Amino acid sequence: MPIGTPFHERTSNLCTSMRWKEWSGYYAVCSYNSLHEPEYFAFRHSAGLLDVTPLFKYSVKGKDAEKFLSRVMVKNIAKLKVGRVSYLCWCNDEGKVVDDGTCMRLDEDVFFVTSADPCYYWFKRFTRGYDVEIEDATDVICGLALQGPTSRDILKQVIDIDMDTLKFFGVRDANIENIPVYISRTGYTGDLGYEIWTENKNALQLWDTLMGAGRNYDIQPAGLDALDITRVESGLILKGADYYNAQHVLIEDRMSTPYELGLGWTVNLDRVPFMGQAALKKEKQEGSLWATVGLDINWPELEAIYNNYGLPPEVCSSAWRQSIPIYDFDNPRVQIGYATSGTWSPTLKKNIALATIQKRYDKSGSKIKFEVTVEHARHLVSAIVNKPQFFDPERKKSNPGLEKAKTNG
Amino acid sequence: MAKKYDVIVIGGGHNGLVCAAYLAKAGKSVLVLEKRHVLGGAAVSEEIFPGFIFSVASYVVSLFRPHIIRELELARFGYEVIPIDSTFTPSLEDQGLARWGDWHKTRREVSRYSKHDAEVYPEFSKAMTAISKFTKEVIDYPAPDITSFHPRELKNMKRLGKELRGLGPDMLHLNTKLLTMSAVDFLQMWFENERLVAPMSVSGIIGTFQGVRSPGTAYVLLHHYMGELDGAFRSWGFSKGGTGGISMACARSAEHFGAEIKTEAGVANIITKNGRAIGVALENGDEYYSDTIVSNADPKRTLLGMVGENKLPEDFVRDLNRFKFRGSSGKVNMALDRLSKFTCRPDDELILKGDITIAPSIDYLEKAYDDAKYGEFSKKPFIDIVIPTLTDPSLAPPGKHIMSCFVQYAPYNLKEGPDKWPDKREAFGDAVVNTIEEYAPGLKDSILHRQVLTPWDIEKKIGLTEGNIFQGELSLEQLLFQRPVAGYAKYTTPIKNLWMCGSGTHPGGGIIGSGGELAAKTILKEKMV
Repeated sequence: MPIGTPFHERTSNLCTSMRWKEWSGYYAVCSYNSLHEPEYFAFRHSAGLLDVTPLFKYSVKGKDAEKFLSRVMVKNIAKLKVGRVSYLCWCNDEGKVVDDGTCMRLDEDVFFVTSADPCYYWFKRFTRGYDVEIEDATDVICGLALQGPTSRDILKQVIDIDMDTLKFFGVRDANIENIPVYISRTGYTGDLGYEIWTENKNALQLWDTLMGAGRNYDIQPAGLDALDITRVESGLILKGADYYNAQHVLIEDRMSTPYELGLGWTVNLDRVPFMGQAALKKEKQEGSLWATVGLDINWPELEAIYNNYGLPPEVCSSAWRQSIPIYDFDNPRVQIGYATSGTWSPTLKKNIALATIQKRYDKSGSKIKFEVTVEHARHLVSAIVNKPQFFDPERKKSNPGLEKAKTNG
Repeated sequence: MAKKYDVIVIGGGHNGLVCAAYLAKAGKSVLVLEKRHVLGGAAVSEEIFPGFIFSVASYVVSLFRPHIIRELELARFGYEVIPIDSTFTPSLEDQGLARWGDWHKTRREVSRYSKHDAEVYPEFSKAMTAISKFTKEVIDYPAPDITSFHPRELKNMKRLGKELRGLGPDMLHLNTKLLTMSAVDFLQMWFENERLVAPMSVSGIIGTFQGVRSPGTAYVLLHHYMGELDGAFRSWGFSKGGTGGISMACARSAEHFGAEIKTEAGVANIITKNGRAIGVALENGDEYYSDTIVSNADPKRTLLGMVGENKLPEDFVRDLNRFKFRGSSGKVNMALDRLSKFTCRPDDELILKGDITIAPSIDYLEKAYDDAKYGEFSKKPFIDIVIPTLTDPSLAPPGKHIMSCFVQYAPYNLKEGPDKWPDKREAFGDAVVNTIEEYAPGLKDSILHRQVLTPWDIEKKIGLTEGNIFQGELSLEQLLFQRPVAGYAKYTTPIKNLWMCGSGTHPGGGIIGSGGELAAKTILKEKMV
């Protein structure tokens, strides 16, 4: 039986749809209202407030914290500056991804790591010989993601730091009214947005403060259904949908490497040994077998199929995550991969998916065949291979306040 | 002269009934002869106290092969198993540990003792699932004969070899460890906290005369894990109407396919002529004849008891005498007026519906074994408690309950000799009740009736030699092509036309049905009866 997060008192009052799911042992809202679209549009046009407490959270401290994290993570943490956040993944020694998450450097010797799966046991396995202390903060720290174009303006009213100087993937300690928080400019929507962490006891006050400050900026509590659409639009992969924890699966085919997941850019290969280094070096040299791509599924073709049945085109309004086979364009009997999640993008007006595809088919612009089921029958439509990221607004990384100051100066 | 049957099955245990059902389904005329007035052998439900139906011996089920349920249409004949969701290990010091089907719930519980152990669980499950997949290939086929060059044997070995190789090197190495290590050592490769290891390790000693630190017990652990293939803890379950419900479903299936079943028809001896079995003589003097006799009784009782040592090869008798029974467990069944609460978790009613294990520490379990090694029952035994009436209220009057306690150790061979068990029976029962009373005060006052079964009682009542619940220990050297005797692991005996199908044959152990099924299929293949 799941338990409520420290925000449950608020979220449960607001969740009029009664649509919940389990997220890592916590109750999590799918959508507050029967329709999730308004929450999606809040993320893209104003601001959505999402409870992200169920993420696993670890405080990693000590003289050797940097060395230890550099050994465990694929990224060289020595290069991560104080006040910066890194998105990364970690592998087992076969170079297969165990989990992905963020690592924040709060101080020289103080880091904060988030993950999708419980990873305390995994990190703990490699601490011998390091002066490092890992504390599982999952049950003592809660988190809210405030995401969307007006999120900065909302925060400006209640926070004691200069929001204009908090850059993309920066992290700062701050006070929201009187609540001490860590705030990072990160998120899972691919938009302008922040994640705010505080002790459980401050949860309700933090929620009320943000909701109050957001009143004039169309803030809306948002659930996981809305989040799922935004993350697919932004090409952000999800553990348990687009890939699996290598330590939990029975066969190698279900494991993935960072390169195969499109996370090659997070790997710093040439440095002191780290978990999976040898295997990743070999893969880098010999080439990967699989790649993660985005698919732009041809709309007119889908429309035509529906038209043959005398129907207007129908698409599910929420994101999906079942496996769907994809085929070679010229030889549609040859399966070349599978889509792992997808959505109708209300912003782009495109039918898109994330897919695992054989490496030789991963060139952007090339065509494949995608299976669709219309009126209980299977059909193939074409789709164009794309980078996974379909939506990447300028505001995500921009710093208008700073630029203005520069122009004026 | 009495009617001649195609097949006579001696013993109406669940394996005998499964065997009879398969043979009847194949069109054979089958007669099942059961000594007792009830069917089921050790999987038996009896109204021991008015209004209370006890699963007298075997009390939970997990391994019963799903294909047998399908092939014999058992659901149609009343087979119904209700999953058990939790295992609770009460404690005298804190709130104890409960493990559930819901893994995040379990993770939180285990985290109180060890965060590491809580999180490593999926890795352990993954390894066990991989190995169980191979083991399933072993239990669903007759044991391979490693000495034979018969094409069929070579084919079987090739199939197993392929499966084994498919495990990959890591799992192969792990398999070797599983075959040689103790349950505790094996579990400690993953888990560090004994509050978790102790209750998990008991699966390695059930029905064996070994301790949780004895080498070889890791394999028994797996034997009990295989039932979890279809999904975590949930695959252990209560049979509706008690475990006798399963036997009755098998009996109804057998009858549906045309088998004839007689109770209170104990076989005194198997009639042989020129080294062949030709029939059976009952205790009441009746005789029945057949060219195919299948015994569901254990190997010792079948061959040394019903056939006779003088009709058997000397080396076979020697090997059979070496086959270890040495029952190590007892059973205490109680009719309760009301349920008393466990002090460590008084408000949690859900935990009472599941399995409750008295296994507070590894040392506790080892000390329980120490008593047994020197011929005494454990003063502080390992107890596996279930209260089936919370799941199946039909077993007792409304509001009343049944508490079933599987207890280890109760060595058949007491220091003073097994015959002294009747003098110690109640003291053994008291040890069990007193132990539980510490965790759940008030139990004693709520007992309406207590049934204590020592291994001596199990032997006398159910007919299991030395009270061994598996018809012979499930230790490695007594498995596969050596169960029960090398050269006779394919349900055959030195007596032509005499076969065996009980738990003493491959794969043995638990309410599983495989012995009966594989014996029937072997007989149909080997001998066109």
